[in-house]
Amino acid sequence: MSTAAAKDDIILSAQGLTKRFAGFVAVNGVDLAVRRGSIHALIGPNGAGKTTCFNLLTKFLQPSAGAIRFNGRDITSLSPAAIARLGVIRSFQISAVFPRLTVLENVRIALQRRRGDSFDFWRSEKVLSAFDEDALRRVDEVGLADYAAAEAGDLSYGRKRALEIATTLALEPELMLLDEPMAGMGQEDVARISALIRRISANRTILMVEHNLSVVADLSDRITVLARGEVLAEGTYEEVSGDARVIEAYIGAGHE
Amino acid sequence: MAVDAPATLPNSAAKVGAPRHHTLVFFALLLIMLVAPFVLYPVFLMKVMCFALFASALNLLLGFGGLLSFGHAAYFGIAAYVSAYTAKVWGLPPELAILLGTAAAAVLGLLIGALAIRRQGIYFAMVTLAFAQMVYFFSLQAPFTGGEDGIQAVPRGRLFGFIDLANDLTFYFVVLAIVTGGMLAIYRIIHSPFGQVLKAIRDNEPRSTSLGYKVDRYKLAVFVMSATLAGLAGAIKALVFQLASLTDVHWTMSGEVVLMTLLGGMGTIFGPLVGAAVIIGMQNYFASFGAWVTVLQGMIFVISVLLFREGIVGVISRWIKKPL
Ligand SMILES: Nc1ncnc2c1ncn2[C@@H]1O[C@H](COP(=O)(O)OP(=O)(O)OP(=O)(O)O)[C@@H](O)[C@H]1O
Ligand SMILES: [Mg+2]
Repeated sequence: MSTAAAKDDIILSAQGLTKRFAGFVAVNGVDLAVRRGSIHALIGPNGAGKTTCFNLLTKFLQPSAGAIRFNGRDITSLSPAAIARLGVIRSFQISAVFPRLTVLENVRIALQRRRGDSFDFWRSEKVLSAFDEDALRRVDEVGLADYAAAEAGDLSYGRKRALEIATTLALEPELMLLDEPMAGMGQEDVARISALIRRISANRTILMVEHNLSVVADLSDRITVLARGEVLAEGTYEEVSGDARVIEAYIGAGHE
Repeated sequence: MAVDAPATLPNSAAKVGAPRHHTLVFFALLLIMLVAPFVLYPVFLMKVMCFALFASALNLLLGFGGLLSFGHAAYFGIAAYVSAYTAKVWGLPPELAILLGTAAAAVLGLLIGALAIRRQGIYFAMVTLAFAQMVYFFSLQAPFTGGEDGIQAVPRGRLFGFIDLANDLTFYFVVLAIVTGGMLAIYRIIHSPFGQVLKAIRDNEPRSTSLGYKVDRYKLAVFVMSATLAGLAGAIKALVFQLASLTDVHWTMSGEVVLMTLLGGMGTIFGPLVGAAVIIGMQNYFASFGAWVTVLQGMIFVISVLLFREGIVGVISRWIKKPL
């Protein structure tokens, strides 16, 4: 691919991204470029700094140094909610549902963003039932239709993850950041969510952290390998899996 | 595993609108309160209602916003002082005195809330407590609060110029009307698009942020609403007892209203009402035990925390499998 075209195609980029925690450098000068329309995987041993990267890219953490660009615009100084409003929606490594809302309400709270802000405390929540049909369709899409009325906190771990994806998708994000979407899922769920991710990637970009390497190999167009807070390698699955340093980092960390 | 798309929405999938049993309980309570002043002392009942509103205001913040304020006496107390002062010294009619007291609480809530919501969890509670202590010392020192004596012999006046509130029974129905209005307002807030976001923030704040909600604004908004309603309760209380004193702004008042909310069941609609009735009833009927009331109150709290953490109404709600 020509450099000019590739450059134009970058939806999210980071230059020299660094995060120091009280004398400890969790992310160190990371350069990242995510191509529009691709599925980009961020992998690496435990503690490599993947989640910290996500937190920096979505501004849940303030970078110690570095710049972040989304669609060519410098978003380094924006708030997390502002970044979300630009169409960059993240999920969390630890399942992030709204436990005391129903499954349907979980998805609906994302759809509710279409109204803009919801400061109208004087209006009945009946106005939200306009979103119910869409919410139910999306709940069904991740195989949770039977649980639409259940409280999200009562779901099994795998189902919570599925609900989380449905909620993230409900915002129709331009860029999705998924932090270990398949962690803790059974084979069947992994297959279903993989298929879902592939399907939804058709008109959006996905940056995901995933430990399940067969999923990574199967889904991703490009892979960045992180170790000790630094980029170790980048390329296609074939390229990085053959890289000696990558193999060593994984074996060194007791993986595979 | 393929799941057929259900043709219709499961009935309870979205808890939309007032469930019928809520309406029923509301009317039953209203009916009881319409009859009650002919059986029990109206002043006692008015006190219960003021604290029921106060606890419900706290519950709006704690049970639905997930924010534990340990300084709600500040809003209750400042409103009591302002309404007592404006009614007595300025000679304002009760409706204006109550309005000004409530407005003062709203302003104070905006100031303290703006600073407190930057902190999370226990730090939030500590900040609210610290500010409430400042309000207490201000009340102790300020010239218009009457220091240790408070503002006494506050005239109840005539509502709208012609309803004489000196009559306990008359005042009772006015208080009932105001408190019912306050409760309906809280109910609506909880069951509004705003309330839905509020519950999401309570359940998972980072996730709400990641969906694009500016959570600080929602938290500040509910903080001000809660402070305002607590102020409304304090303003009425000052006229009912014709007294505003340091007790109203003391930290034990903040603790008591938290106790009422937890005992009744935080995050339930009717819990704070029950909690307030139990605590005020105890203080009233066990008054002869003197200082032992406090000990008894403490024991009840410990027992309720150990036996039913969800509070009285929370437990009942679980039994009948319906949100109350
Ligand atoms: N808030 C924090 N304060 C101090 N250190 C932190 C903080 N957050 C993360 N770290 C440290 O930074 C390093 C990177 O953590 P991070 O969670 O980003 O790793 P990860 O690649 O996501 O690992 P995993 O695969 O286990 O999820 C770890 O050593 C972690 O202990
Ligand atoms: Mg991680």
